Amino acid sequence: MTMNLETAAHPETLRRVAIEPVSRVEGHGKVTLLLDDDDRIHQVRLHIVEFRGFEKFIQGRPYWEVPVMVQRLCGICPVSHHLAASKALDQIVGAKNLTPTAEKLRRLMHYGQILQSHALHFFHLSSPDLLFGFDSDVARRNIVGVAQAYPEVAKQGVLLRKYGQEVIRLTAGKRVHGTGSVPGGVNKNLSREERDLLLADIYQIIAWSREAVALARKLYEQSPALYDDFGRFDAHSLSLIRADGALDLYHGGLRARRKDGSTVFDHVNYDHYWEHIFEEVKPWSYMKFPYLRELGPEDGWYRVGPLTRVTQCDFIPTPFADHERRDFLAYGGGSAAGATLGTHWARMIEMLHSAEAIKELLHDDDLLGDDLVVTGERQERGVGMIEAPRGTLIHHYRVDDDDVVARCNLIVSTTHNNQAMNESIRAVARKYLDGRKLTEGLLNHIEVAIRAFDPCLSCATHALGKMPLIVELVDAEGRQVDSLSSGSL
Amino acid sequence: MSDTQTFLLDGEEIPFAPGQTVIQAALAAGHYIPHLCYHPEFKPHGSCKVCTVKVGNRTAASCTLPAQAGLEVESASDEMNDLRRTLVQMLFAEGNHFCPSCEKSGNCALQALGYDLGVMTAGFRHLFPDRPVDASHPDLLLDFNRCILCELCVRASCEVDGKCVFALSGRGIDKHLIVNAPSGRLEDTDVALTDKAVQVCPVGVILKKRVGFAQPIGARRYDASPISAQALADAPRAPAGDGRCAACEEAEEK
Repeated sequence: MTMNLETAAHPETLRRVAIEPVSRVEGHGKVTLLLDDDDRIHQVRLHIVEFRGFEKFIQGRPYWEVPVMVQRLCGICPVSHHLAASKALDQIVGAKNLTPTAEKLRRLMHYGQILQSHALHFFHLSSPDLLFGFDSDVARRNIVGVAQAYPEVAKQGVLLRKYGQEVIRLTAGKRVHGTGSVPGGVNKNLSREERDLLLADIYQIIAWSREAVALARKLYEQSPALYDDFGRFDAHSLSLIRADGALDLYHGGLRARRKDGSTVFDHVNYDHYWEHIFEEVKPWSYMKFPYLRELGPEDGWYRVGPLTRVTQCDFIPTPFADHERRDFLAYGGGSAAGATLGTHWARMIEMLHSAEAIKELLHDDDLLGDDLVVTGERQERGVGMIEAPRGTLIHHYRVDDDDVVARCNLIVSTTHNNQAMNESIRAVARKYLDGRKLTEGLLNHIEVAIRAFDPCLSCATHALGKMPLIVELVDAEGRQVDSLSSGSL
Repeated sequence: MSDTQTFLLDGEEIPFAPGQTVIQAALAAGHYIPHLCYHPEFKPHGSCKVCTVKVGNRTAASCTLPAQAGLEVESASDEMNDLRRTLVQMLFAEGNHFCPSCEKSGNCALQALGYDLGVMTAGFRHLFPDRPVDASHPDLLLDFNRCILCELCVRASCEVDGKCVFALSGRGIDKHLIVNAPSGRLEDTDVALTDKAVQVCPVGVILKKRVGFAQPIGARRYDASPISAQALADAPRAPAGDGRCAACEEAEEK
C-alpha cells in the first residue's frame, strides 16, 4: 500500500467504492476508494465531477457585466466572486484608490457574507456531525435533528445567517446575487435608516458569535484525541495579510509559509500571482491542483481558509476575536492550530471577527457618503484577490480595446485546497476505514473531513449542484455489490 | 348627453376620439392592455401581437385596430392572457435572455411583462442562438442576444433621428437586427449617444457602454411599480385624437 494513496499500483485488481455525491457541501463531487479482497485501501481520490466553464463563457461579454455574472458561480458566497471580480475590474478602469465610502461599503458587504456563510457551514452543514457523532443515527444527523435536540443552537445559527443576509441585502440590493459593487466603487450607500436597522441587532449578533466560538471550543475539548488527529496532515499555507500583519479578509499582500512555519514569501503584491502560484492538471478531476512555484509541483501544494488565516496572521484587529485567536493557538500546546477539525473553531473566530468588524463599520459615517465611484486610466489587465469564507479567491481578467473580456482565470478557495482535502481524506481512510467492512457511518468519516474545509465544489469547477449521497460498492469486474444512499437511509 | 363615442372593453365603456386605436383609447382611459412593440410616441406597428384582443370571433392587435363605436373588445380574459404568455415565452426561448446578469434587468420591458403576466416557466426549449455582441462603437454596445424585433430602434432612427442606422434582415426564425454600414459594424454608422434610437430600446440590446449596474436595485424603473402601472402613467404622452404622434411630426418638421 502506498502511503499517499493517490494512485494504486494495480487498480485493475481492486474493487471500487464510490461516495457519490458527497453530501452537506456546496456543489457536486464524489470520493472513490479502491480496496483489495482484505478491505485494505490502496487509493483514495476526491473527484469534482461537474464542469461549468465560467472562464470560457465570460469571454466576449462587456467587462462591467462581470461582477454580477460571475457571482452566479455560487449561491452560498456569491459576494466573494462579486467583490473579487470588482477588485479586478477596479484595476481595469484605473481606480487605484476607492473612495472611503465605497471601500467601507464593500467591506461591510464582505463581512456580512463571511458571517452568513460561516454560520451556514457550522450550524447547518457541520453541527449535525459534531453534536451527534460522525456515525450517529443518520436519520437525525441533519439541521432538523439539531433543531429538535438543541433548539437554541439551531435558532442562533439561523438568526446569525439571517443577519449576514440582511447586511448583504442593504449593501448589494438583494440577499443573494445583488449588484452593489461596480467597477471603481459601489452603486449605493447606506441610508441612516438602513444603518440603524443593522445597529439594532449587532450587539446580539456579537454575543451569539462569542457563544458559537465557545461551542466550537467545547466540542473540541470534549474529544481532544479525536479532534487533534482526525484527518490531520501537515501543509504549507497561503493567505492574504494586511501590511501590519493583521488578519484582513478584504485586501492585503500574499503570505505563504512552509509546514514548519518558515516564510516562503510575505506581503507579496498579488497583481502577478502567477509568478508564485501555478495550476497543475490531473486526468481524474475537473479541478486543477495549484502549487507554490517556489516549492515545486510535488511538494508545493498548500492549505487556505479559516485555519490558515487565523494561525498565520500576527493578530486579529478586533478585541474579542483576537482574544479567542490567542486561546486557540495556545490550546493543547498548539495542537488545534494544525488540526483539520480545528478549522471549525477557527471559522467561528472569523465569524466573531466579522461581527465585530460590522459593528465598527456601522459606527463610521463614511458609510453614509455620496462619493461612490472613481475611475482613472483604462488598463488591459486586472487581478482581484479576496479572502472568501473558504479561503483565498483569485479573479484575473484581460479586457480588449472594445471593453469586452478577452481572457478570464479564476482560482477559487476550494481549488487551492484540492490537494489538502485529498490528503485529509486519505488520512481518514488510512486510520478509520482500512481493513474494515464499510458502513455508512464509516464513509461519513470521509465526508466529515471534506466538510471541515467547507468546500464549494460548484465554485471549484465553476459548477452547480445539490448534494444527496450515494455509495456504490463495485467488484473488480465492475459489478455492483452493494449500494447505499443518504436519501434512502 | 355628450357626443363622445365609446366602445366596450371587457364590459366597460371606453371613450375614444376619431382616429384613435383601441390600445390608445384604453390606455388614455386608464385601462391597461399588455403590449411590447407599441410605444405612445410612435406609429402603431402591430408586430409583437402581445396586445392582441378578441373582437367577436376574431383576434386583432389592439395597437392597430381602429376604435369604433359599438365594438365589444375582450382583453383581460384567461384566453387572451394565456396567448400573451405564450408569445412572451416564445420571445424568451428565441433569444438569449439571461436576466441574472443583464444590466437592463429591472428596466427591461420584456422581463417586466413576463413578471406582470405571471410567466412562471420557459414553456419552450431554448434555442440558444450564437449572437456575438458588437462592441466596436466607442460609446455604445449592441447585444443582439436580447433583441425582440420590436423595431422601435428602426422606427426611431428613421423617423426621429433621420439616420436609418438600424433595420431588420432575414425572414422567419432567421430575422435579425442589422446596422446600416458596409462593414455591418456599429462603429461605421453615424449613430450617436443622443439618438432617440439609442434611448428607446425596451430591452438590453442598445446599451451605453460603461454604465452597467450603476443604478442600484430598488431604483430601477420596474422596482417601484409593475409595467401595467407604468404604461398607464405613460399614457398621457399618447397622441391626440387625430391618430398622429408628436414624435413623428417632429421628425417630419426636421
